[in-house]
Amino acid sequence: MFIPCDRGRGSAAPDFKGFTLLMPAVSVGNVGQLAIDLVISTLDMIKVGYFYTDCLVPMVGNNPYATAEENSTELSINAEVYSLPSKKLVVLQIRSPFIKNKYRPFCETLLSWVKSSQCARVVLLSSSHAYQRDDEQLLGTPLRYLLTPDLEKAVGGRVQELNWKEMEKVAAYPGISDTDKVLHIPGGGITKLLFTESCSKGIQMAVLLKFCSEGDNIPDAFVLVNYLNEWLQLIKSEVSTSNNSTDPSSQWKIPSSWRLLFGNGLPPALF
Amino acid sequence: MATFFGEVVVAPSRAGLDEEEDAREETPEDREIRREIEKKRYRQRCSGGIDVLWTWKAGGCGEEPLVCSRFIVAIGRNAAAFLSSFILDSVCWEVVGVVKLWNEWCRTSSTTNVLPTDSFCLFYRLISDPTVLLCQCSCYVAEDQQFQWLEKVFGSMQKKGLQVTILSTCPVADYKTQESTLTLASPFLRALKTKEFQDQVCCPLLEQPNIVRDLPAA
Repeated sequence: MFIPCDRGRGSAAPDFKGFTLLMPAVSVGNVGQLAIDLVISTLDMIKVGYFYTDCLVPMVGNNPYATAEENSTELSINAEVYSLPSKKLVVLQIRSPFIKNKYRPFCETLLSWVKSSQCARVVLLSSSHAYQRDDEQLLGTPLRYLLTPDLEKAVGGRVQELNWKEMEKVAAYPGISDTDKVLHIPGGGITKLLFTESCSKGIQMAVLLKFCSEGDNIPDAFVLVNYLNEWLQLIKSEVSTSNNSTDPSSQWKIPSSWRLLFGNGLPPALF
Repeated sequence: MATFFGEVVVAPSRAGLDEEEDAREETPEDREIRREIEKKRYRQRCSGGIDVLWTWKAGGCGEEPLVCSRFIVAIGRNAAAFLSSFILDSVCWEVVGVVKLWNEWCRTSSTTNVLPTDSFCLFYRLISDPTVLLCQCSCYVAEDQQFQWLEKVFGSMQKKGLQVTILSTCPVADYKTQESTLTLASPFLRALKTKEFQDQVCCPLLEQPNIVRDLPAA
């Protein structure tokens, strides 16, 4: 599944042992994917390979993180892997939806790749339909987390310190009070499947998600990536001297591919 | 999502989510239609409902791969018509293969005698240089067939020093640019190339945030 980039004669295949794998779920508003774009773009991550898979709709384009003419001509496809060894971080970006009935095989192959490459843990960025929140979820923070039992032991304390809110379970049969509670992540794509599979396979996985709706999801991406940063500290959140508050939003670099998200310029003849 | 009349409808998502809930809301009629389509797709002995038939294999040549140095693929009716009008003729080119596939949008057959209005996918070889291969694919290859198409076509080739050129068209309205597409001089060309391609490209490269999808991307 994973094909390393050819970096020249003699270069070894990348080693992800002990790394944190950061990846998005293709979910409502594409928030996870947008947040991953911000991480790759800001940290100037190097592409180390891609996934050769028949599970995602094919697409190709030029370098989405291009900053100048010289680096704009590298081809980019639907599932690529970037790495930052100094932070022991490996990032998977997924750029297209799943082909019908192929999301299960993809999850299985992905999790077995995680095991074989000996990643220490997986952090999944995702989102869920805001309109499916219950009365209590409408109040307070729209951000939630989930930890597999193995990761709970390792980082549960840190998460408590950060005062994060765990994703609530809902009744399996709404309206009936004494029914079992189950995990329900509407609009989350493969989030629930990956999480439940990781629990049963003993993989350390954290899910960070935001309640949102379709629309301009750029602000949602910023909120989610700042949430991630509270824990992983990927970039320093500088204290702003003017209003004495911590606002790291301005330190994330927007990639050049985010241009024209809502269409072209207007024809002058319209007016 | 609540609408003007107060009922709650499921909002469609850009993310193209394939939720398990969709299957539960199917009517029995929908389920029957879906089952029939799946049966038809996979009825053929090959997987994914797609098969590549090479004429040079029929003569008992065994499973030897075709040696190919240049492979030109025209995807879509416009690109296929371009090849028919300017490149192909019965003197210099011979048919060497055909793709047989079926999906909900089109069906191709194993005949090589096609009309321009048919959906077909044919392979031609230059008689004077048999390592030059050409493919005209005017049929729609469904997203779950694209991978099989690639594996079956490229799997039959010996790819030493192979140069692949893909010709395709996209609507001008899909082109993302700062100005309005109304004032753009169309048609116009754009290209994508791998870093291994060292030759001169005859037109500008495709600018961000434009992308290519489906079979040309695959």
